Amino acid sequence: MKSSVITFPGSNCDRDMDVALKKFGFKNKMVWHDDAELPKSDLVVLPGGFSYGDYLRCGSMASKSKIMQSVINFANSGGMVMGICNGFQILVETGLVPGVLLRNKYLEFICKNVFVKINDKKNNYFKNVSNEILEFHIAHNEGNYFCTNDQLKEIEDNNQIAINYCDKNGKIDDQFNPNGSINNIAGIFNKAKNVLGMMPHPERMIDKSLSGEDGSLFFKNLINNLK
Amino acid sequence: MKISVIITLKKDVLDPQGKVIHQTLDGMGFEDVNEVRQGKYFEIDTKETDKDKAKSNVEEMCKKLLANLVIENYKILDSK
Repeated sequence: MKSSVITFPGSNCDRDMDVALKKFGFKNKMVWHDDAELPKSDLVVLPGGFSYGDYLRCGSMASKSKIMQSVINFANSGGMVMGICNGFQILVETGLVPGVLLRNKYLEFICKNVFVKINDKKNNYFKNVSNEILEFHIAHNEGNYFCTNDQLKEIEDNNQIAINYCDKNGKIDDQFNPNGSINNIAGIFNKAKNVLGMMPHPERMIDKSLSGEDGSLFFKNLINNLK
Repeated sequence: MKISVIITLKKDVLDPQGKVIHQTLDGMGFEDVNEVRQGKYFEIDTKETDKDKAKSNVEEMCKKLLANLVIENYKILDSK
């Protein structure tokens, strides 16, 4: 399985993602934002970080960079594109997934482990994951998912909500919502579910001695689903 | 020609920064403030000399980059 991680000026989780993908068997290539064409890939990842210093709106500049037209074409032809954290912000700015990510409700940068509940398993990202609840890490200032009421109805009707913030038992409630996101939304799909944007970082949970292993579960499962 | 643009959050979008500014103003003694909404201001110097064309170019810029229409409105001000 071949993957590509795009590096934008200001990306800082691109190498972590490279380590994670390689650990679970992907042949990964790093791709520079100014390249015109993606290499042949089964999965494209937009990593976390602070592309273009978060100028204007997080992800807005990166969404217009040269490589993104190739990424958008790849996604529109059914290719798997995953945006993590700043990558999620870039995805919403391209319009590949609906909504926006606003400043966190209490204006704090949040850096901690959270639990998320998988809302939909009929997709290549979460199909066959044995757990219902995963422990991931979040680190962001603008993760407050917002969309219009019409968009919310549409993503609910199409089962496009991927994961919700919850407690360790899977209870989805306001008190387990770290950033003010509508309905505790932590990640969403596009309509066809080949594009996933999520705030949590699975690549930070791939080592038992450092953090946790729910990211390992996620990546092992992902590569098996793509084979 | 210089064209100015003001970008504001739509009215039903939460503006936590505006809220904090409001609270701070309140604490400073400006107690008659009802609400504060924070926005962005752009001054675009363009080579275009036709005012209408310049404005319509700036409108395209607003739609494609300067504003995110899910949460923001834009207002193009008269040129100087």
